[in-house]
Amino acid sequence: MTTILSIAIDALAFGMVLFIISVGLSVMMGLVRVVNLAHGAFAMIGGYIASTMLVDTGAGFALSLLVAVAGTIAILMPVEYLLYRRIYRNADAFTQILMTIGLTFLIIGIANSAFGPTSKPIPLPAALSGPLDIGFRSVPAHYLLVIGCGALTALALWFILEKTQFGTRIRASVDNAAMAEALGIRTEILYAAAFALAVGLAALGGVLGAQLLPIEPYYALRYMVVFLVVVSVGGAGSILGAIAASLILGLASTLGKYLAPEYGDFFFYLTVILVVFIFPHGLLGARE
Amino acid sequence: MTGTAASRSKGLSSLPDWVRGEAAALALVAAFALIGYGLFPDDLALLTRIIAIACLVLSLDLVMGYCGVITLGQAALYGTSAYAVGNACIAGITDPVALLGVGIVAGALTGIVSGMLITRFSGLPQLVISIAFGQLVAALANKLSAFTGGSDGLSGITPSALFGVFDFDLVGNTSFGFSLAVLGIVMMLLLRFVRSPFGLMCRGIRDDALRARMIGTSIYPRLIAMYAVSGAVAGVGGALSAINVGVVGLDSVSFELSAEALVMLVVGGAGSLWGALFGAILFQIFQHIVGAASPFQWMTIVGLVLVAITLFAPKGLYSVIRRGLMKIGRSRVPS
Amino acid sequence: MTDLLRLADVQMAFGGLRVTQDVSFTLRAGDRVGLIGPNGAGKTTLVNLVTGNLRPTAGRILLQNEDITHSSIAHRVRHGLVRTFQITRLFRTLTVADNVALPVLQRRGLASRVMSSATERPEVRAEWMEILGLLGLEKRAYDPIDVLAYGEQRLVEIAIALALKPKVLLLDEPAAGVPHEESHRVLDAIAALPRDIAILMIEHDIDLVFRFANRVLVLANGALIFEGSPKEATLDDRVRSAYLGSYADARRPAQG
Repeated sequence: MTTILSIAIDALAFGMVLFIISVGLSVMMGLVRVVNLAHGAFAMIGGYIASTMLVDTGAGFALSLLVAVAGTIAILMPVEYLLYRRIYRNADAFTQILMTIGLTFLIIGIANSAFGPTSKPIPLPAALSGPLDIGFRSVPAHYLLVIGCGALTALALWFILEKTQFGTRIRASVDNAAMAEALGIRTEILYAAAFALAVGLAALGGVLGAQLLPIEPYYALRYMVVFLVVVSVGGAGSILGAIAASLILGLASTLGKYLAPEYGDFFFYLTVILVVFIFPHGLLGARE
Repeated sequence: MTGTAASRSKGLSSLPDWVRGEAAALALVAAFALIGYGLFPDDLALLTRIIAIACLVLSLDLVMGYCGVITLGQAALYGTSAYAVGNACIAGITDPVALLGVGIVAGALTGIVSGMLITRFSGLPQLVISIAFGQLVAALANKLSAFTGGSDGLSGITPSALFGVFDFDLVGNTSFGFSLAVLGIVMMLLLRFVRSPFGLMCRGIRDDALRARMIGTSIYPRLIAMYAVSGAVAGVGGALSAINVGVVGLDSVSFELSAEALVMLVVGGAGSLWGALFGAILFQIFQHIVGAASPFQWMTIVGLVLVAITLFAPKGLYSVIRRGLMKIGRSRVPS
Repeated sequence: MTDLLRLADVQMAFGGLRVTQDVSFTLRAGDRVGLIGPNGAGKTTLVNLVTGNLRPTAGRILLQNEDITHSSIAHRVRHGLVRTFQITRLFRTLTVADNVALPVLQRRGLASRVMSSATERPEVRAEWMEILGLLGLEKRAYDPIDVLAYGEQRLVEIAIALALKPKVLLLDEPAAGVPHEESHRVLDAIAALPRDIAILMIEHDIDLVFRFANRVLVLANGALIFEGSPKEATLDDRVRSAYLGSYADARRPAQG
């Protein structure tokens, strides 16, 4: 029983990290149909900025987190303008994959020469770094932060997409871009804003999840697959789908590590294949 | 664009296509041998490695360039074959030609399995399944260390002399000659294969799957068959690698290798066998020179090149060069 | 005359919405039938049901007396049921000759050959040359599809259909989007199709249908409301009200 609960909590924390990073990608893919392989690299940039802030300047955790999110967005908006704009919606999947995998390599190369191949620490504030007794076992305190932030992200996104004008415009454009444009929605700005949102979420997840997914140059490739899987399994553009997929995959990964650690990611990817086969259109039946 | 047919309207040659294909493939073998010996006389290992990887890139071209399948898991076919050949050799099948056969069969079988999974889907799910399949094989390779040597790699692969005469020595003359001959044969066969009705139908499916279905084609079995061929070609590469290097490591089933093969294909130009070959050779020579000088910058450069290609030469460098040649020579250059 | 295609009480529902209601009709050798109806009447759905792109929720479809209701698309095509698309669907990176050679190869059972030549195989070449000649496309044989005018692309669409030697041919708005000055080539091509095959043409342009068809089917709200000669159709109250929009009162099944 305790083992089951332990697994459930680890899976929940891991799933929430996956969710925070992946949901931005999901919104992007739903909105502009870009298969963005560089999303993991975006999260990694956030992690590096936070690590630099915390270790080299001694700034506080909250401030570092904020700077990481804002900094990652600031770094990547020119990239949006120069590259991503060309591959929104119309470009074929090949072009998108090539360009974004090229960008990923580029970021890995730069990270490697700037920060070296070893993983960078993101020290947690004292209140979050210790263990926390939750009755039947103690869990790392930052789990609570991760889980709380995940829930907040989901709520905030739901609010933004369902209750604000920005959200209405995004949903209109997802359904019918030509019509949205005809109605006077300036899709260029909308796409840029959605891109910024996606990047910000990636950076947030990159920093918060650094204890579980350590920040090192190959982060961008190692977890890219996982984020793509979440979107594919959850259905592009679906928040609920992303939550469900993140939790299922978090569970699969955690179970694998507990029960058959010597198999590495075998059971995780087996789950991926099974889920895609059973729900070819995403868990919640989202289109494409 | 199919330059072959477009220029055939001029009624140039009375030779059938496949004869010209064979002549071209033979010419390629000779040219590659001469240039290779000239440029890297002391590094035949590099040239044989280029050939093995070129087979992987050709196999990727068959499914991506000719069928429009999006995959980042092709290394699974290559690596499985390499491991199969390694084990076969250790178990006593040491004849290099027989080992090549083992590699082809292992690659084809893995190709069929992965094809059955991957071609069921299109778009993002397809990409995801291809990656998942590749990672599944990589995780298995890591786990089944009895067959793969785990992270230490599978070593002790010592093939016997080719035709009982030519030893696989340290200089690598036998490896190079053997690989070159195999590559020549593979190119010859593939050049014919992609122009066959089967190859043409695959290109049709890539262009418009529904249209292909509406002329009465069953798509799924056809794509699986193509995956079997692709696996066999990747298997040739894996076998050559195992035979020549004598060690098979986890890198031969890695995601990185799948991604690099994709980059090579794109650099050369997907949908053209010459483009695939050209991309594989160019990329690896470049990697040998630049990557050795500054391994940290290598990834940065590859990334920049990829982004630049998608911006400026989306059909690959080979098509750019080909267009240039046609303009200068006003004659036909194979696509 | 033999029945080539017969629909018996074919129904299609998406969720609770019945988009095709008990449609029955028969096509015989030599038939030239127009399928007309206002926008949203369900014409394209009906075609998709016949070709197998959609599966009906009830009813039967027979091709030369064989029940094909649950057969695969490929099976139907191999037995002579062929369609063209309203929006041109061609193999866009291939040449015109390749586009026509592929269905020829498929029909002749050569499409799985792996080491022989394709488009230039003598008997295949003879066949696509003949088809392109019929349609006046012989000079375009080695051009890629993308350099063709839209009207010519529509002709390639018909050429592909001809290469499959259809017994029943469904033409989905064959002249849609073709500029006026090119449309006569498409219409001539349709007029020159083999006499003994059955053709069902879906078309918006009533004039075109009346010139082509010896029989007209009128579809409204997913149901057949009329079957008869073009002349009778113009006089029929139900047809007129369907086109004028007051169809709701006049709904009743047609004789099939």
